[in-house]
Amino acid sequence: MAKSKFAAVAASIVGAWAFSASADEFTEEDLALWQAEYMAAVDVGRGVFTDPALGTNGVVCAQCHPNGSNIHPETYPKFQKQLGQVVPLWVMINWCIRNPLEGEELAADDPRMIALLAYITHERRGVALEPGKH
Amino acid sequence: MVKTLSRRSLIRGASALTAGGVLDLTLVNLAFGQGGAQPDFTFAYISDSHIQHVKGTKFVRNWDRGLKRAVAECNLLNPKPDFVVFGGDLAQLGKKEELDHGLELLSPLRYDVKYVLGEHDYYLDLGEYWADKISPHYYSWDHKGVHFITLNSIVTHDEWTNKWSSGEERMGVMAGLDDPRGSPFMVGAAQRQWLANDLAKIPKSTPVVVFSHSPLQKIFKNWNFWTDDAEEVQALLAPFDKVTVIYGHVHQIQYNQIGNISFHSVMATAWPWPYPESYSQAENYLPVITVPMNRADPFHERDATGWQFIDVQTGNLAINYSLPDNSPRRVAFNPETGMPEDSEFETRSIPPQKHF
Repeated sequence: MAKSKFAAVAASIVGAWAFSASADEFTEEDLALWQAEYMAAVDVGRGVFTDPALGTNGVVCAQCHPNGSNIHPETYPKFQKQLGQVVPLWVMINWCIRNPLEGEELAADDPRMIALLAYITHERRGVALEPGKH
Repeated sequence: MVKTLSRRSLIRGASALTAGGVLDLTLVNLAFGQGGAQPDFTFAYISDSHIQHVKGTKFVRNWDRGLKRAVAECNLLNPKPDFVVFGGDLAQLGKKEELDHGLELLSPLRYDVKYVLGEHDYYLDLGEYWADKISPHYYSWDHKGVHFITLNSIVTHDEWTNKWSSGEERMGVMAGLDDPRGSPFMVGAAQRQWLANDLAKIPKSTPVVVFSHSPLQKIFKNWNFWTDDAEEVQALLAPFDKVTVIYGHVHQIQYNQIGNISFHSVMATAWPWPYPESYSQAENYLPVITVPMNRADPFHERDATGWQFIDVQTGNLAINYSLPDNSPRRVAFNPETGMPEDSEFETRSIPPQKHF
């Protein structure tokens, strides 16, 4: 019984090896899946960006940043005067959550923070990177 | 000019008496004719306060502060303005709590207040509470030789207005500046007919000043910096010698000249908005003569909110923007070029921030 189970697992490994593409090739299916995953994160991010429950006072990100504008994800990391140091965008997002939204900070790997970063960056797609710029 | 500067120094002296000294309002000084029959006068302009209800008696502190400071410092103006215009979006979601609280914050004003209706005041109940408690949606009056008109420029198609399951849902969609489910603003045929009738009684030499919430020109459809029937309204104003349109909604400095009509925006007391070019995915038509406002430190609550006072000489406006965290701006009609210009700003060593 144990032997046959091992054989089945071994067969599936061999099968996966046999049918997977070479390491330097993406399939159309892969690309479609990854794009769908990315756009799902963007869509969740738009929801968080317009969610009155992200803070405590009902103010939403989009109120001051329609279409994610004037956030400039392409300029991070950069020095922020009031924080006194060079920070990545998620740190600045937390500043906004704390202050205008009067809310609690999100962890860097909080799914809502990741979704916010996806949405904000997506709205700025095609713009050249200019890290550090003010 | 001399009078304007002395007025400014008076206001600055007064503002130093208040904590922070920020004036989120517009003082308009009208000076028609050189030694003409009509006396000079001024009026102040406060706009886009977006009072936002949280729950119970709690409102968003930041937006309250902007309006409170504007009102307090407006009362310190000397000489006194003849009246104050509130330029629309007193509320964030059109709630009675918000309009009532906004009126309470405006109530210390020692002047008559004229009200312009904004979309945030309108789309919950289609302006019913506004008309009942605050002001008609559109009206005109004469003051010291000037014909003033207030338009409701933020209505839209009936089919859009009537398709929502509730006023709250409709208001929520229209409150999202970038919400793709929104609909373009317009003055509408009925109100244009009223405007035509109103203007028919006025000599063409009478200076006309129009207040609207949205720009009566097309700048950026994505965020409704736009009025769909702007050309039709402009055509009604075209026969007059001197016309000025003052609008809110955009939370930033804009100015333009189309034919005989000068356009000026006023600042918000609540928060600034980016210029349309900051959104890289859509086309915009920011007037080419507009030099964008520079932005102060976004960590300051009153960043890029501001107050302005405006004088009009021989029927044309000059707006002085006093921006608490930015250098002041002056946008004046230049009779030689026939359009508003900011001649000082371009010669400054501080470049305008480009909103890259």
